Amino acid sequence: MIETTLDIATLRKDFPILERKVYGYPLVYLDNAATSQTPQAVIDSIVDYYSSYNANIHRGVHALSQEATDAYEQVRKKLKRHFNAGKDHEIIFTSGTTHSINLVASGFASILNKDDEILVSAMEHHSNIVPWQMLCEKTGAKLRVIPMDESGDLLMDKYEQLLHERTKLVFCNHVSNALGTINPIEEIINKAHAVGAAVLIDGAQAAAHIVADVQALDVDFYTASAHKMCGPTGIGMLYGKEEWLRRLPPYQGGGEMIAEVSFEKTTYADLPHKFEAGTPNICGAIAFGAALDYMNNIGFEAIAQYEEELLNYATAQLLQIEGLRIYGTARHKTSVISFNVGEMHPYDIGTILDKMGIAVRTGHHCAQPIMDFYQIPGTIRASFSFYNTMEEVDMLAAGIKKAVAMLS
Amino acid sequence: MTIQEIQEEIVDEFSMFDDWMQRYEYMIELGKSLPLIEEQYKKDDNIIKGCQSKVWVHAELEGDKLSFTADSDAIITKGIIAILIRAFSGQKPQDIINADTGFIDEIGLKEHLSPTRANGLVSMIKQLKLYAVAYQTQLN
Repeated sequence: MIETTLDIATLRKDFPILERKVYGYPLVYLDNAATSQTPQAVIDSIVDYYSSYNANIHRGVHALSQEATDAYEQVRKKLKRHFNAGKDHEIIFTSGTTHSINLVASGFASILNKDDEILVSAMEHHSNIVPWQMLCEKTGAKLRVIPMDESGDLLMDKYEQLLHERTKLVFCNHVSNALGTINPIEEIINKAHAVGAAVLIDGAQAAAHIVADVQALDVDFYTASAHKMCGPTGIGMLYGKEEWLRRLPPYQGGGEMIAEVSFEKTTYADLPHKFEAGTPNICGAIAFGAALDYMNNIGFEAIAQYEEELLNYATAQLLQIEGLRIYGTARHKTSVISFNVGEMHPYDIGTILDKMGIAVRTGHHCAQPIMDFYQIPGTIRASFSFYNTMEEVDMLAAGIKKAVAMLS
Repeated sequence: MTIQEIQEEIVDEFSMFDDWMQRYEYMIELGKSLPLIEEQYKKDDNIIKGCQSKVWVHAELEGDKLSFTADSDAIITKGIIAILIRAFSGQKPQDIINADTGFIDEIGLKEHLSPTRANGLVSMIKQLKLYAVAYQTQLN
């Protein structure tokens, strides 16, 4: 039963790529958790930038530079409003979540010492594990893991036991990319703050489905990537509380991030420029803004509601397939289904689905610790977006059945 | 038969199929005829890196010819390695080193040739050739 108020057929027309065929089959794109597709409005914003006002920003006296600067800074304001940050300069443009996390991790190298501890959840993406491991190597601090249960929920009582006065940082994704679990970040943040630890929430997987209010959450850092929310690749953001951003040293040196330079001493530019060395991805930022507008025009509430319908329908359809097991059955999850069928290798099923034009992700999803937890080589992951249809869910189910028949 | 002749034979077999589904079914079938690696060689050292599925390959010199055994935890990967081994096994190392592998393209598996492809067909070919290079050095 479809209850959505969204006109999916009309929305789909906004995405030219959804018209294409793959190996002669209509494309069924179910890899949205890796990269979402791009609506015409966003493509137009890119074309418009390069056709009418391509210029370097912040330093030109000429009209084009001024227009580009305005457009770029407007997006900062949009992001500030969207995530309800307190100040414009608390929004830093980065190349994406990985860059955002590395920026913070690198900054903490001068703050942490060997007695300190860092907590990270068991369901992190490698990009939210490796930078902290590197930070621990550099500082001697210890990395501790918040465990999860079989369904993919974090063990909050274990989390509380792990927290103490030496815990300086807690890192957790808002939504797990491999399992779709929506983590109880409010509780995570509050408990971390109670022992004086700072919190970074990786919002890469959440931002296309949930609007995080960074002030209400009182989170110290929050990250997002445009390419998972209808925007282009290579652009994302870091929200950081002003006090933290002032405390952290610059991540990269270069133009744009300086106030004054001599060979004796350089003084850094004020926020946010301190963290935006060099010519930024101007066009990407502008297109990020267009993507944000596009999604807000549809409405995140309507998107979340429809995606939940898709998730429920897909879960019911897939569970009818004999031997199919879903990994990640947390109480709250986004429209992601990670699964395997019997002992079949995810790669085999993914390859055959691909031949039928159905794009899914197979493998460990850059979250090997999760696969080790379940003792599996990987999973097949179907991740749905608001432009996917119930018919596509049916095609996925039929495709899996066909693959299973071929492989048996 | 020379490597070239075996490859032509494989291309012939695949040319009978009209669509991808039949090709894949045949490949899965071929995977079942793969000369399986002995358990003792199924260790991490023999895993080919760069594959999403696990592929183990072992090579042995029999006289002046190389013979390969292999296994994989994925069926399609097993089929792909079976095709390669059929072409290379029982051949002289120098001939394996010199062999062209363009026939993969001709049997409609072109998409697996991209170096970024998760199954690592390119890595498999490279590994088989590396074995040949190693044994060729031994023969010299």
